[in-house]
Amino acid sequence: MNRICQSLLRQSYRNPHGLTAGASVSASMPGVLSRLFAADAVTGEAVDKATLDKLVRTNKVVVFMKGNPQAPRCGFSNAVVQIMRMHGVQYDAHDVLQNESLRQGVKDYTDWPTIPQVFIDGEFVGGCDILLQMHQSGDLIEELKKVGIVSELLKAEESKKEDEKAK
Amino acid sequence: MSKYNSKYLEEKLKRELQAEYVSVTDESDGCGGKFSAVIVTPAFNGKTLLQKHRLVNSTLAEELKEIHAFSQKSYTPEEWEKVKAQ
Repeated sequence: MNRICQSLLRQSYRNPHGLTAGASVSASMPGVLSRLFAADAVTGEAVDKATLDKLVRTNKVVVFMKGNPQAPRCGFSNAVVQIMRMHGVQYDAHDVLQNESLRQGVKDYTDWPTIPQVFIDGEFVGGCDILLQMHQSGDLIEELKKVGIVSELLKAEESKKEDEKAK
Repeated sequence: MSKYNSKYLEEKLKRELQAEYVSVTDESDGCGGKFSAVIVTPAFNGKTLLQKHRLVNSTLAEELKEIHAFSQKSYTPEEWEKVKAQ
């Protein structure tokens, strides 16, 4: 992992409520939704395409990760959580460690070998490396804009510009 | 513990992707479970970020079954010049 990712990892999120949330426990972190879906239930077979087609569209941004946004259980998943937090994005998070069928199902669905996996507007965007690169290049702000999400980083930048104008 | 090392991965990526520059770093203290890679090849020209990463993942499909963590930065030669200039 590169330096920026590592520095992201250092500022790990402290859960203010001390919750050790399970797969679908409602998220206490402001702006993060974690709902109960049928696909979060533990079943035997890999979650099928039709279910995932729906699941990836339950919110504008949907993340499949290890652990949950309050307590990511992998550095790569944590990096995605931190990026989303910086941009102030609301998203649905699914913990694949709670559900092997979902873990395999989403990998089959995207033909992508690793977790985390991020979807914007139902489209698979990529994993940690891609999100990080999009974050650094500014492309993430643009992609979020396309689905009607104004990044907090963009807001901060614009208010700074206005402040300068006012001077 | 995987049977792969950074030299093997570098050589395979260079060969299969006609890469002009590949640098693989073993971040697992030699146990072979975690690598990061920078890959520069004209094979990435015209591809989206996702397509580039998919190309690398498919090249290393066998290896990635054993490697626990693999992170990549994949650039076209043109992008690489810009990255180096920064």
